Amino acid sequence: MKNNSNSSTTQKDKTRPKDERVREISTFTKVLTRPEMASVGGGVIIFLIFGLTVGDSGMFSALGIINFLEPSAQLGIIAIAASLLMIGGQFDLSIGSMIGFASVCVAIMVGEFQMPIWSVVIITFAIAALVGYVNGILVVTTRLPSFIVTLAMLFILRGAALVVMRGITGRTQAYIEREVIEASFWGNLFGGRIGVDLFNKLAEQGIIDARASDGLALAQGIPISIVWCLVLVVLSTLILNRTKLGNWIFASGGDERAANNIGVPVKKVKIGLFIFTAISATLFGLLQVFSSASADTLRGELKEFEAIISAVIGGTLLTGGYGSTIGAVLGAVIFGVIRQGIYYTGIDADWFRVFLGVMVLLAVIFNNIIRSRATGSK
Amino acid sequence: MPAAKKHTPPTNATKQNTDSVPIMSLKNVSRYFGNVIALKDMSFEVHRGRVTCLLGDNGAGKSTLIKILSGVHQPSEGEMYIENKKTVFNSPRDSLDYGIATVYQDLALVPLMSIVRNFFMGREITRGFFPFYYIDFKKCSEIAQTEMQRVGINIRSPDQAVGTLSGGERQCLAIARALYFGTRVLIFDEPTAALGVKQSAIVLDFIKQARDKNIGVIFITHNSFHAHEVGDLFTILNRGQSIGNYTRSEITRAKLFDLMAGKVTKK
Ligand SMILES: Nc1ncnc2c1ncn2[C@@H]1O[C@H](COP(=O)(O)OP(=O)(O)OP(=O)(O)O)[C@@H](O)[C@H]1O
Ligand SMILES: [Mg+2]
Repeated sequence: MKNNSNSSTTQKDKTRPKDERVREISTFTKVLTRPEMASVGGGVIIFLIFGLTVGDSGMFSALGIINFLEPSAQLGIIAIAASLLMIGGQFDLSIGSMIGFASVCVAIMVGEFQMPIWSVVIITFAIAALVGYVNGILVVTTRLPSFIVTLAMLFILRGAALVVMRGITGRTQAYIEREVIEASFWGNLFGGRIGVDLFNKLAEQGIIDARASDGLALAQGIPISIVWCLVLVVLSTLILNRTKLGNWIFASGGDERAANNIGVPVKKVKIGLFIFTAISATLFGLLQVFSSASADTLRGELKEFEAIISAVIGGTLLTGGYGSTIGAVLGAVIFGVIRQGIYYTGIDADWFRVFLGVMVLLAVIFNNIIRSRATGSK
Repeated sequence: MPAAKKHTPPTNATKQNTDSVPIMSLKNVSRYFGNVIALKDMSFEVHRGRVTCLLGDNGAGKSTLIKILSGVHQPSEGEMYIENKKTVFNSPRDSLDYGIATVYQDLALVPLMSIVRNFFMGREITRGFFPFYYIDFKKCSEIAQTEMQRVGINIRSPDQAVGTLSGGERQCLAIARALYFGTRVLIFDEPTAALGVKQSAIVLDFIKQARDKNIGVIFITHNSFHAHEVGDLFTILNRGQSIGNYTRSEITRAKLFDLMAGKVTKK
């Protein structure tokens, strides 16, 4: 008999005697089985490698750190969304094109049409929500793999970005005046920096590096994208692990049919995740456009893969139902550190992709082992 | 089994003439999957405080029938009534909201998720205030553990992944979950298939308890002993059609066995 449970336990017995089949598992081991543990380990190793090799090159100065954290945070934002969507059992290959399309929309509306930034932000997010909704509704109604549906969207949006940009400006780039951005609360919300004064004070004290010319800090405050990324990772982690919605996301990706049969609104959850992904891509676009004061039709190219890779390095399963957004952000940081680190070591930057490929392979193999353990299959 | 002796057949349980209004009923329901006819012109009733056994060969359409009652499938033709009121379930959520809980043949569990997450999947108990609601894991874990114990399974930890449970333990989880949420109708699609003797007896006992609490029970099984032990009404399905309704007083276990084996085809 399979279930030879403790025979002293009858149905009415409310007390729970300690089960003799349970081995005590320490908190330490429990922490080690969290999905993002591999990326924590990987991150430590990567930091050690670059710390030992190029530790004194300026990579780990205030400016150097911000230089790799800013792109990491931006990538982290779409990695969080990609990871949530993957946990929910789907992919979105249109993330990169959505970034490009959103950037074009913003730059044209602000730069060419001189529309107020707040209205542009609202309109662009609304467009993103619509794109996400279309992705989602197509996937859940046609039951086609999201891979194919969003691949089509990848081309549609990239093409649309080009058509709109060329049609209106005749070029493939558009610019916004910095004063316009800096004068707007909304511009600063997506393009600003915080703690500039603090950094200047620190430079005055000689704690961080100062410019030779005017003695102000080299690192001009913390880019706002880092704040956005931190807020999103905290919120998404709480939602995923503590709320109903989080339970539904895990269930929808773990076994769609089971989840549906037991009353989880799987379709709504998936559509919602597609919308969130498109909105995150748009946030990425806004952050780049407002911090660089320009947009390009090629913005965001290949970002969908970088986001998925970050999520995978962070322990999210390609097959869905398991993962963490903390891991995804750590994956994005690892990504940024390697890219920057290779630059500082002076090794040919082409090695970056080789390195990345190896990381992805290791991560996927590791995740697979974790999954077999969790499902009990060998 | 001694439990069978305690069984008192309902006094007025003659066919199509049980207690007043059926809690749920299907009228001339058909269900097609493409060109497959899974169910044809089927009428079916569920009564409060009665166990209706749904019997029939593999592929007869039993699971399809109960999936219509639980909102997974919608009828291609025909209607569903709840207490004589025409009703349409657009999703399993509608049916659960009504207090209909199902133990599916494939159990509807997510292996990568923990016992407690599976137990409350779609029905999470939350606390907090708008818009900050979070799952009350302490309460959920306690309930899951207690309910599992009621069906005779002493789980190690409510955080254990369902994928690591034994087949029988999983089945017990699905049953405990349905027993907890099914306040009006309970549907069991072969609930004892993977169970040991002790757990089977417990499940049959729970079916009787549910019946005594005036819940309508549907019980699908291939085991004539189990069917005869708890059944009040018996519906035999064959190739998507009903080939007979019987009440407990009309039928012996041996006859039931013959019907299930297809030796007798007509009443
Ligand atoms: N989603 C579906 N798509 C196509 N055909 C289906 C579907 N669901 C059921 N069928 C078909 O309908 C018929 C009845 O299936 P059903 O699962 O209801 O049988 P069952 O009586 O529960 O059998 P078993 O005792 O083996 O569980 C089968 O022939 C099956 O192939
Ligand atoms: Mg079946």
